[in-house]
Amino acid sequence: MSQMLSMTDVTVCYDNVEAVHNVSLSVDEGQIVTVIGPNGAGKTTLLMAAIGLLASRGSMVFRGSDIQKMSVEDRVERRLCLVPEKRELFSDMSVADNLLLGSYSLRDRSGVQKTLDEVYDRFPRLRERQRQAAGTLSGGERQMLALGRALMAKPALLMLDEPSLGLAPLIVREIFRTIASLRDLGVSILLVEQNARAALETADYGYVLETGAIVQSGPAKDLIHDPRLITAYLGGH
Amino acid sequence: MTSDIAAILAIDGIATGAVYALVAIGTVLIFTVTRVIFIPFGDIAAFTALTLAALDAKRFPGTGALVVALACLATLIEVISLIRNGEIRLLPRALLFYLAIPLAVVGIAWLTMRMDPPLAVRLVLALMLITPIAPLLDRIVFRPIADGTVLLLLTVSVALHFALVGLGLLFFGPEGVRTEPLTSFSTEFAGVLVSGQTMLIVLAALVFSGLLYLFFDFTLVGKSLRATAVNRTGSRLMGIRPERAGTIAYLLGSLMAGVSGILIAPVNTVFYDSGFLIGLKAFVGAIVGGMTSYPGAAIGAVGVGILESFASFQSSALKDVIVFSLLIPILIWRSLASLHSEEEIEE
Repeated sequence: MSQMLSMTDVTVCYDNVEAVHNVSLSVDEGQIVTVIGPNGAGKTTLLMAAIGLLASRGSMVFRGSDIQKMSVEDRVERRLCLVPEKRELFSDMSVADNLLLGSYSLRDRSGVQKTLDEVYDRFPRLRERQRQAAGTLSGGERQMLALGRALMAKPALLMLDEPSLGLAPLIVREIFRTIASLRDLGVSILLVEQNARAALETADYGYVLETGAIVQSGPAKDLIHDPRLITAYLGGH
Repeated sequence: MTSDIAAILAIDGIATGAVYALVAIGTVLIFTVTRVIFIPFGDIAAFTALTLAALDAKRFPGTGALVVALACLATLIEVISLIRNGEIRLLPRALLFYLAIPLAVVGIAWLTMRMDPPLAVRLVLALMLITPIAPLLDRIVFRPIADGTVLLLLTVSVALHFALVGLGLLFFGPEGVRTEPLTSFSTEFAGVLVSGQTMLIVLAALVFSGLLYLFFDFTLVGKSLRATAVNRTGSRLMGIRPERAGTIAYLLGSLMAGVSGILIAPVNTVFYDSGFLIGLKAFVGAIVGGMTSYPGAAIGAVGVGILESFASFQSSALKDVIVFSLLIPILIWRSLASLHSEEEIEE
């Protein structure tokens, strides 16, 4: 399996305060990798640096090319996509327009309609609401739209920041089922989650981030049985 | 005031308002996409009128030299920034957009002018010479401070306006110009004589607003501009470059300002510094629309035109005072209204 994304000794600073310190992680092709950890550990910061919204030091290689100095837009054109915690939807615009804009970075426009149909098949609710403004959707529908919009860009690696945040348990399950099914499409996923149990159940490999540094890593099925993690994040048995 | 006079004033006001509406729509377009309140916008309109007048008089307008100078400066800045970022592979593209295209435009205008072209061609030439100015100024002046506050951008924008007025005096001289009417047609409408020029102004405003609407609603590029205005971070995550969206906004806005300049030139005498009042009145119109609504800006601008027309009948010396006094209650009303919308965003 070839490497999709590899970060080596990545450090990110906010106003001279190091939020993420010497973090190294990698995602292989077709893998779901999760980064779990408490609030404020630097998980979101790490993803913001990976997409280029925050400047960072260290090395970042995506599908063989050095992306460390690249602009956000250049990374997106190389099919690295982020669904941010705040979703960042175009709230005044229709669901259909939001999805269409998801495909903006694709030079080849011939497959766009087919991808759009696939997204609508995956999330039938979005098809029902395609004329509605994105701002009028419920929380779960917004997350579906954010996911669908990212899928329109045909990502090679999809980074998801807290996709379950603020959603009802039933919808959380649906979102995680969707994430697991994306692997079958050949999309690699880097998943950042506070819901550690659900994340580890879905992922192949996991990293634990605490106060800006990786403190533990390993196959997800091992982490989920780790006594320390069970007491700290998984709420006991 | 008899009803006849009122009708004449109203029609006159609608025509003036339609010109302001084009500039106001351009102002909103640029503000929403780039956060810059582009004060020199009125100058772009005035420069178009002066450029057209120069072409009519078979003189090559100073606008050409301005475009060449700006193109060279913008190219220099772009090349330096590309080399500094190690993006040499983008050089040919930068040279094409910042140097080759503007120079080609000036070259074509210069060659065509020697053939003594008809009015329609001169109109196109004037628009061609004017549209590169704002995008090039954007590259030189605004892009390095694109992440600055709205206030910083506004301050720079005001400074830029004064620089352009100075250049206007240099290029076009202190004399005012009035170009030949685009049509001599006139007709009677409800007992009032309406000139073809007035009808043309209103028609042009409607056509260009309609085209802009179609562009925003039916093209991917148009939607990407709206997306940048609605959510900058979100649009960057889709791979939409805010700089490119900005350039397109400046191009479209300049085109609209240029058209309004051409329309106003046969009706009003235009001086090198006339742009400020055009831009400011359009700005009042845009504020009525909250700086974000296109229909709001257009309605506001037409309102300003009508008010100005009636005000100038009452007291031509005080007409500007009356128009700008209107701004105070609108700003109070707007700031009260915007408290609500901010709460909604917080949610």
